[in-house]
Amino acid sequence: MGLWLGTIQLGVKSLWLHPMRSILTVLGIFIGVASVIWLLAISKGIGDEAQRQIESLGADTIMIRTVKPPSEKLSSQGLTPYGLTREEYDMLVATIPTVRSAIPIREMRRQFQFKNRKLDGRLVGCTPEYAEVTKLELTSGHFITDAENFARDCHCVLSAKVAEKLFPYEDPVGQRIYMPENQDFYLVVGVLKPKGATAAIGGSMAAQDFSNDVYIPIRTLQQRIGDTVMTMRSGSREGEIIELNQITLRCRDVTDVKKTAELVGAALDSHSKMEDIAVVVPLELLEQARTTRAMFMLFMGMIAAISLLVGGIGIMNIMLATVTERTREIGIRRALGAKRRDIIRQFLVETSVLSLTGGITGILFGLLCGPAVTMARTLANTWFEKQMMDLPEVVRTVQPSIVPESIPGAFFISLVVGLVFGIYPATRAAKMNPIEALRHE
Amino acid sequence: MSETMETDGYACRVVDLKKEYVLKSETVRALRGVTFDIPVGDYVAIMGPSGSGKSTLLNVLGCLDQPTSGSLWLGNDDAAKMSDDELADIRSQRIGFVFQAYNLIQQLTVVENIQVPLFYQGRPLSPEQRKRCHDLAKMVGLGDRLDHRPTQLSGGQQQRVAIARSLVNDPYFILADEPTGNLDSRTTEEILQLFERLNNEGRTIILVTHEDEVSKRAKRVVRLKDGRLQWDRINSQEVRDEAARYALENMPVEV
Repeated sequence: MGLWLGTIQLGVKSLWLHPMRSILTVLGIFIGVASVIWLLAISKGIGDEAQRQIESLGADTIMIRTVKPPSEKLSSQGLTPYGLTREEYDMLVATIPTVRSAIPIREMRRQFQFKNRKLDGRLVGCTPEYAEVTKLELTSGHFITDAENFARDCHCVLSAKVAEKLFPYEDPVGQRIYMPENQDFYLVVGVLKPKGATAAIGGSMAAQDFSNDVYIPIRTLQQRIGDTVMTMRSGSREGEIIELNQITLRCRDVTDVKKTAELVGAALDSHSKMEDIAVVVPLELLEQARTTRAMFMLFMGMIAAISLLVGGIGIMNIMLATVTERTREIGIRRALGAKRRDIIRQFLVETSVLSLTGGITGILFGLLCGPAVTMARTLANTWFEKQMMDLPEVVRTVQPSIVPESIPGAFFISLVVGLVFGIYPATRAAKMNPIEALRHE
Repeated sequence: MSETMETDGYACRVVDLKKEYVLKSETVRALRGVTFDIPVGDYVAIMGPSGSGKSTLLNVLGCLDQPTSGSLWLGNDDAAKMSDDELADIRSQRIGFVFQAYNLIQQLTVVENIQVPLFYQGRPLSPEQRKRCHDLAKMVGLGDRLDHRPTQLSGGQQQRVAIARSLVNDPYFILADEPTGNLDSRTTEEILQLFERLNNEGRTIILVTHEDEVSKRAKRVVRLKDGRLQWDRINSQEVRDEAARYALENMPVEV
């Protein structure tokens, strides 16, 4: 123990003979270790965000969406009905045993009005389970109930932003909002908490922004608005005939999801010609996202590993120079009784001191990753506001999440780098003939 | 052969030492059978022209090199038959080196340099050993410079540190290779007096030199030529005193 302590002291002293050189060598490992932690943390942050968005769709759900078919499939004259039907909804619920519950959803753009305040938003017709599946939380009142749905009540639930825009001063619950296109009034029964957007999934599912939503019972929507919706868009009238925009199925168990998805696909095979539906399985997306994340992290880890390798080569380089430079000292030590392994130990201790100093400072700096990114973003936001706005969403919002394993990992790797890249110079030093080493100028 | 060699009273015994090595496909016979004994308390100067095998003998005596044949008895062990590690142990425990170029380790202080041989004995330093290092530094007149680095010392001072270092393991003998070769005559005298004092205290000293003035100060001179012992003679007390007096008289005057 005393021997090691002595060797370490000696190593530090020897390294301190050339402080600049040692610091630069340490810097190589420092950057390597810090970049391992940083790159992994940032890629995990990005991966986590994607995963969180997908998870918010629910891992045990399957979504069947109506999509607008390609224009050549639609008849040029009049309106062609397309998409999911209520009949299919009933069929799915009745025939697929692994389905725990199913939510029919109809969505459309609508204008909402209260007094003279107007807002364009999305009207969603749904059933009570919708709140649970999409993880909507209420600030006041209640979500749509089965009774309201059954009775086709003209009741509605507002999202946080709609409530804020239409009712900046009043308590919305108990008030009535007006929908000018249908000349209908709806009684506000509940207000939701603000909710973040979900991920966009390929072309089949646009990112869902829940901020401008108004929810009403689906039976009310069917009765009072119907399937045919005409809208004025850029001067021309546009229409669509859709019974349901989406059916969200919840499976009994996550393990049933894949099988259920296959059954659903088979059951709705008739739509394959029209290409007017898309089946979205968040679980699959989740698995995809996990694979992508793993690949991404592996890739980032490799970049970091390369920088560690470069740092290691730096150590080796400096130690080889040191060995040549200290040939005389090695000769003296050998003459005074140092064995070959004492010389090896001395040089390995020196490389380890270098690499561990780099490793530990690198880890400390790596731990600052989160605050550092936040700070850099804040600074960038104040100085380059415009440029920042043009950057992708991910860059603006990513919050690095340190991979816990990367800390002991980085420490271990830096130690290994020190030992591995120290072995060659150390053995070269130990192999020297003491007589010749003593004669070395 | 000489497994039962009597070693009591000898610092080392050299028996028919031969050393050959190959240099550019040519066999060089550096030592061709050298035999001599060094009793405890002796003060031997080894002399010889270059090419006489002087350096080779020095390396073998210092256990830095192994002879091709023959024996080197250090106590009850024949160093000629030892492994590299065993030789290292011998060097750290039984031999005190003093070099021409002082060979102190630059990054260590005076006292740390003195400790180096103990460090390689593989045990943590005991308080007595630490005290011994301090005492040795005081003995060579550097008690007030324990924390100085070699670069902060003069040549003579560095050589005195080296002598203190050579004594730290209480060696069988001090092996000094041209210890005054890099020093002016005043410092040379200092060092030679220090050696004389140590010898008077009972230390065995082997001194390799090519200077007659230096060799005359030893008790005995061994001269090598062409890898063989040319002669081995005792310096009478008169010769030694005369040489010491001569050195003092010819000392350059301090300005």
